[in-house]
Amino acid sequence: MLLQIAEPGRSTAPHQHRLAIGIDLGTTNSLAATVRSGETMVINDEQGRSLLPSVVRYLPSGKVDVGHDALAARSADPHNTIQSVKRFMGRAYDDLGDLADIPYRFVCSEGMLQIKTAADVRSPIEVSSEILKQLRERAEASLGGELTGAVITVPAYFDDAQRQATKDAARLAGINVLRLLAEPTAAAVAYGLDNGSEGVYVVYDLGGGTFDVSVLRLRQGVFEVLATNGDSALGGDDFDRAIYNWILQQAGLSGLPTVDLGNLLAEARRAKEALTELEQVSICCNLSQGLAVALTLTRAEFAAMTRELVARTLQPTRKALRDAGLTRDAVQGVVLVGGSTRMLPVRSAVADFFGKQPLTNLDPDKVVALGAAIQANALVGNQQDDSLLLLDVIPLSLGIETMGGLTEKIIPRNSTLPIARGQDFTTFKDGQTAMSIHVVQGERELVFDCRSLARFELRGIPAMVAGAARIRVTFQVDADGLLSVSAREMKTGVEASVEVKPAYGLGDEQISAMLQASMHHASDDMHRRALVEQQVEGQRLIEAVSAAVQQDGYLLELEERQLIQQRIAQLVDAMQGQYSEAVRHAVEALNGATQAFAAKRMDASISQAFTGRTVETLGV
Amino acid sequence: MTITLTERAAVRVQNFMTNRGKGVGLRISVKTSGCSGMAYSLEFADELDGDEMTFESHGVKLLVDAKSLAYLDGTELDYAKEGLNEGFKFNNPNVKATCGCGESFSV
Ligand SMILES: Nc1ncnc2c1ncn2[C@@H]1O[C@H](COP(=O)(O)OP(=O)(O)OP(=O)(O)O)[C@@H](O)[C@H]1O
Ligand SMILES: [Mg+2]
Repeated sequence: MLLQIAEPGRSTAPHQHRLAIGIDLGTTNSLAATVRSGETMVINDEQGRSLLPSVVRYLPSGKVDVGHDALAARSADPHNTIQSVKRFMGRAYDDLGDLADIPYRFVCSEGMLQIKTAADVRSPIEVSSEILKQLRERAEASLGGELTGAVITVPAYFDDAQRQATKDAARLAGINVLRLLAEPTAAAVAYGLDNGSEGVYVVYDLGGGTFDVSVLRLRQGVFEVLATNGDSALGGDDFDRAIYNWILQQAGLSGLPTVDLGNLLAEARRAKEALTELEQVSICCNLSQGLAVALTLTRAEFAAMTRELVARTLQPTRKALRDAGLTRDAVQGVVLVGGSTRMLPVRSAVADFFGKQPLTNLDPDKVVALGAAIQANALVGNQQDDSLLLLDVIPLSLGIETMGGLTEKIIPRNSTLPIARGQDFTTFKDGQTAMSIHVVQGERELVFDCRSLARFELRGIPAMVAGAARIRVTFQVDADGLLSVSAREMKTGVEASVEVKPAYGLGDEQISAMLQASMHHASDDMHRRALVEQQVEGQRLIEAVSAAVQQDGYLLELEERQLIQQRIAQLVDAMQGQYSEAVRHAVEALNGATQAFAAKRMDASISQAFTGRTVETLGV
Repeated sequence: MTITLTERAAVRVQNFMTNRGKGVGLRISVKTSGCSGMAYSLEFADELDGDEMTFESHGVKLLVDAKSLAYLDGTELDYAKEGLNEGFKFNNPNVKATCGCGESFSV
């Protein structure tokens, strides 16, 4: 047994080590890192390689190759060698769009898409889990024990289906997911920015096939993703292709067989990577029909042929800043992530754009995994101070029930903890002195479909006309996910509150089921919401009109009164039906029928007020 | 009475400590637990504790309490690689039996 040095007071009993890793599950490459004796390091395989190509090959025998071996077989066995599976995570067949240059045989099925392989039909989750399994085995061999858990990174823009798919893949690989972490946040953590000064940081991530840019704000040790943007079809591969096209043009080649294409692309990539170190590289390649290529590529030529590609990354960068409502000079630091940010033209373009040198002292293709490892280490309790990084997010929205059984979301899901949000509500009825507050969790529009967390009452609201009271409901979730809700009547300051544990008793499966249901029912919900809203409006109007008629009915002509009665009956009818439009029309009709009445009441109340004052001044 | 580090182990400890940014030495102790009765514990030390014995080996301070020292006397701490795994290894002349994994021992 080989021991690591623990932080003071943090050493564990034998066989109870808290082994934790961070995993960067990339489109092109994946890798794992850990904290050992206080040092964050990448976990290498037996050959000393840190990056595991995110490629899985299914053989007819049932054997599965992952990583370098699978990558090598890519052109020989394209149908069964799955690359870039991250693009398919949590996606349905219909989401895919253009399948022209994807060689896999997709199976048209309900829900998440499936791929037909020599082994059998496989889902992206299963493919991904093979990559994760490989990394888990590598880590356990290296750390000498079973893992307590892992932090896995996902792009900041991943939606819940994609996040859930990632979690499911991990579970399938026998990995306990401590937390999913946004890739840009992980990179920022790796640079220790969370311990530094508060401010805005930009994470510029140019990988093999995708470009992501994120604007983060650090406040009280918590990163908030303010905006993300990118191009899901822009990465190092495009730079390889630029060199490849240049080679064809220089050598006057065209219509090459597939083998040559593959070899030339590989050579182009080698040249691109070598130019990071060298002023110029020679490109030599023997082609199948006895042809050979021998060229020299300089840094200047490379920069010229890729200028446009580099410029294409700055467009989303501008957009992200604009979405965050910030200008370039508000940015305190820029972090470079992704193997392609090693390219010098990229580095200088980013430096020029922001007017400052980006952070580059960590390996750009490892920085995400390193940050995830730091987070994982803290989460399993290996840190000396218990100051866990406060990067948790709310898995499902939190809100309250409003009239008609609708949910009003107060804290949207994926908000970073801790968080506090308030919203003002009002009374529905004249003279209402109490308000019942029903706290719910979920994405659905109707309370009925959400999870009820708590109910409490605010009493002692002074009697006022409907809509006049102002009741501020505040939701606060602390760093441990503990929710407290308070309601306060703003005029008198009467207050009531309740504490709830939102995540309590809600497993990942339930969370994902709830999310799935919400996606599934999205348009249903919209219609139902519209109907309920109109019904509430109708009810409000009927009550108001009835009260007015009772009070000031003497102002009405018989005909007018009959029309109003008729319109009320029609509205009641419509409200019993299923069509929000019908209710809306009936509401408008009733409104129309009461217009003259309303004007008369207004006149009457003005003269009444006038009379009233006269009486008062008379001292009667 | 003595405890030592191999040079290889000392270099490692120094690297880890520099990387950590603080620490006065390495605190070694023996705790009773585990499948063979006792187990080593290895921690960074941020301050000296007056009751401990201090040894210095290749420039690294080793802090050991009296009770642990009884089990550790003559131990050499090495840094080793086994396959993909690497870490510190105790060569302890007092040990009679270790458990299967070598993580706990008895004397
Ligand atoms: N020295 C280098 N110079 C230039 N490019 C490099 C260098 N090293 C690696 N790359 C490029 O980095 C890319 C892979 O980057 P990385 O491993 O970060 O991708 P990834 O995170 O898996 O992909 P993605 O971000 O698309 O999910 C490849 O295009 C590779 O050619
Ligand atoms: Mg990446």
